[in-house]
Amino acid sequence: MALKLKINNVAMTVDVPQDTPLLWVLRDVLDLKGPKYGCGMGICGACTVLLNGEPARSCVTDVGSVIGQSITTIEGLSPDGLHPVQVAWEQVDVPQCGYCQSGQILTAAALLARKPHPTDAEIDDAMSGNLCRCGTYLRIRKAIHQAAEADAAAHKA
Amino acid sequence: MLSTKPLTRRTFLQISALTGGGLALGLFDSPFASAQFGPPRAELTPRAFIHIAPDGAITIMARAPEIGQGVKTMLPMMIAEELDADWGKVRVEQADLDETLYGGQSAGGSTSTQNNYLPMRRVGAACRQMLISVAAKRWGVAESECSTKPSKVVHAGSGKSFGYGELAADAAALTPPGMDSIKLKDPKEFRILGKPHANVDNRSIVTGKPLFGIDTQVPGMVYAVFQKCPVYGGKVKSANLEEIKKLPGVRQVLIASSAPANSAGPADTTLEPGEVIAPAGMQPGVAIVADTWWQAQSARKSLKVDWDFGPGADQSSQKFDQRAAELMKSPPAETLRSYGDVDGTLTGAAKVVEATYAYPFLAHGTLEAMNTTASYKDGKLELWTTSQSPGGGRNQVARALNMEPGDITVHMCRIGGGFGRRLTNDYMVEAAWLGKQVGIPVKLLWSREDDIANDDYRPAGYHSFRAGIDAQGKLIAWRQHFITFGEGQRYVSGGTIEATEFPSGRVPNFALYASAQPLLLRTGALRAPGHNAYAWAIKGFFDEVATAAGRDPLDLYMEILNATPAPMPAQGQGRRGGDSLNPDRLKGVLQLVAERSGWANRKRAPGHGMGLACHYCHAGYFAEVAEVTVDSSNSIKVNRIWAAGDVGNQIMNPSGAEAQVQGAILEGMSEMGQEITLADGRAQQSNYNDFPFLRINQAPVIELFWHMTEFPPTGLGEPALPPALPAIANAVFAATGKRIRTLPLARSGFSFA
Repeated sequence: MALKLKINNVAMTVDVPQDTPLLWVLRDVLDLKGPKYGCGMGICGACTVLLNGEPARSCVTDVGSVIGQSITTIEGLSPDGLHPVQVAWEQVDVPQCGYCQSGQILTAAALLARKPHPTDAEIDDAMSGNLCRCGTYLRIRKAIHQAAEADAAAHKA
Repeated sequence: MLSTKPLTRRTFLQISALTGGGLALGLFDSPFASAQFGPPRAELTPRAFIHIAPDGAITIMARAPEIGQGVKTMLPMMIAEELDADWGKVRVEQADLDETLYGGQSAGGSTSTQNNYLPMRRVGAACRQMLISVAAKRWGVAESECSTKPSKVVHAGSGKSFGYGELAADAAALTPPGMDSIKLKDPKEFRILGKPHANVDNRSIVTGKPLFGIDTQVPGMVYAVFQKCPVYGGKVKSANLEEIKKLPGVRQVLIASSAPANSAGPADTTLEPGEVIAPAGMQPGVAIVADTWWQAQSARKSLKVDWDFGPGADQSSQKFDQRAAELMKSPPAETLRSYGDVDGTLTGAAKVVEATYAYPFLAHGTLEAMNTTASYKDGKLELWTTSQSPGGGRNQVARALNMEPGDITVHMCRIGGGFGRRLTNDYMVEAAWLGKQVGIPVKLLWSREDDIANDDYRPAGYHSFRAGIDAQGKLIAWRQHFITFGEGQRYVSGGTIEATEFPSGRVPNFALYASAQPLLLRTGALRAPGHNAYAWAIKGFFDEVATAAGRDPLDLYMEILNATPAPMPAQGQGRRGGDSLNPDRLKGVLQLVAERSGWANRKRAPGHGMGLACHYCHAGYFAEVAEVTVDSSNSIKVNRIWAAGDVGNQIMNPSGAEAQVQGAILEGMSEMGQEITLADGRAQQSNYNDFPFLRINQAPVIELFWHMTEFPPTGLGEPALPPALPAIANAVFAATGKRIRTLPLARSGFSFA
């Protein structure tokens, strides 16, 4: 059955069973490889996408449950790849292997959207669902603070 | 006594043979032995590594597998430094596997720095020399009058210059100068090395570009899962193939069965429909091939396999523990090193300290699960894989499929974590075999559960210690009995210890013994293999000795490291040669970390403590101090870790170096909370819920300090990890008066907050 999805502000139609996890629709049907498979049970965060702006685990989200909703993957976070979080991630040189980072970045972007200047504790709280096996956590904290400052500076300017 | 149904030597060897020899037993030597990661065999040329376009754009090939350790950035930095390239305009490209062109292309043992520092710089310097030759000839001046600025050759006398792009075509026609005679820069002149450089793939990573093995997309590709027996060494008796074939999207279902032991091969075996004899070295199982991975994975829910679990099913962690306790009470099977009179000295010592330490099996849990995409056509095979040892993997595939290595192309994708797991190429062989069976491109992806159930685990181990202290508080005797896994004096991979391991040679009376119990499980290298386990046991017990002697552990370390070393073990005694530990370097990092952490003036308060540990491995020296708070429910908050490291006279990429240290320390912390336990031969853990890794809210502040010395530079993938565990455990003792002698923490009554 054809399902109508709105992904990165583009209307798309896929023909898959409604109970297919969104992750596999994104990766293997729509060729959006940014969201990653990590655990398949929603506990590592590698598959994170934004659902109406809020982080969601695409590996445990049936595609049938998100018809018509706004789905954002890392590929659509910003038109030019220059969202303040993406820029900060590069400047702070966060990634080690890089595999978890699309999920980390989307979760961080959602945090900053609702809390422009989070404390370390607020960062830890928001980010603790995203596992980084390499241990880039200290730089993730730093990059989120840096993105917050850059965003504030941009608004002032 | 052995438990009721012990693995006999005979069944053990049978299964070893069945699974390709070394796999079951593990390797006798550490897989990080220099032979495997030795210097490249190929004659390296600038042409292989550097391409300069007419417009001056420079492409540098990265030869080694990128597992997150930063070599895709660091190795090209070495080339660019001596090439005198404008780094901002350099594009780095991942090389395919071709060791005749690029030399060694493996990643492991923290060896990339030392194995590449001179060869990669020489490649860059040779190219620079060729560009200078062309420019000098065009200007009609002596080469000695020419020099370079980033990406151009300049002639000081005339003020003329050529961009590298203008010279490249002519330079490419020259014969490269002899690599050994190339003059290299004085490191004082470095512009690129020694300065922080961001990971070259950052832009692609932060924008979600397909980079990793799992992202491989080949036209017409199908997807596969491979269900192996939950018990290592088990075989498929039968499976409901016909039922699975009817499920949505399923194209093919295959039983990969093993040739019966001692049979002449497939000829005398009756095969069921859909059954194929798997190549030696590949575990038996059931492969499901479908149009999408999710269909293949979903079909698995209906899969019913009748397994012959084999002798491995009798194993359990409980039995391992029981047998280890028996072995500890028995005379040791092997003396790894013994000198002085350890037993006599212990009898006469003013104080004797005794303790037993135990640690569990661990999985690697790389975030990107094992995968490989294989495309087989007309006798040629193309693989997209995530191996840390792709050359070894290709040879294994060639043997398994009876192909020439030259008919196998291997693309090295970016790898979502290695940690030693991807030194074993089992998944690569499975995918290659499946690709040949199916005849169309197939991506094999393990599920997380496959990954945890079929790892080559860090082996568990047990250490029984006795130490003697004299009336002056000096450590005068050290007796250590290591209980590991293996057969006789052949120990499993990751389950060995060197005869010279600290404090060997530095205590006047010393004995290090080992005994082994059989294991039917694959083990292998986990980041800092061996060291990640016994550093915690040895440095934890050392702290106990210091406490019993009424000494500051720092003072006791200094005393031991100042002692004249005992003569080296006689030939044949000790697993690997010399005592390469340089005591001055270990003292150097101890002093530095003590100074920076305020060790001498540390506060002592209930529930709050600091702990110290140091370790030498993989040619690197690290000392670490942890500061912890422990609440009344034994919940540990690690607040801060100070680390001091000595890896020689040059840090290649300070950003990557710091990242490796942070990652290693946090991984050490993770390991304190993890275990793989066996029941009926099966791993009882299956995913990140029961095999957890550290989360951001648990990550302490880490302060890193370099102790620069005159020694040649060495690697950072591993050496910062081992001291993290004992530093934290010793801090917990300082805070609570309780020793952590069994890992994971939960088995000692603790947890991380």
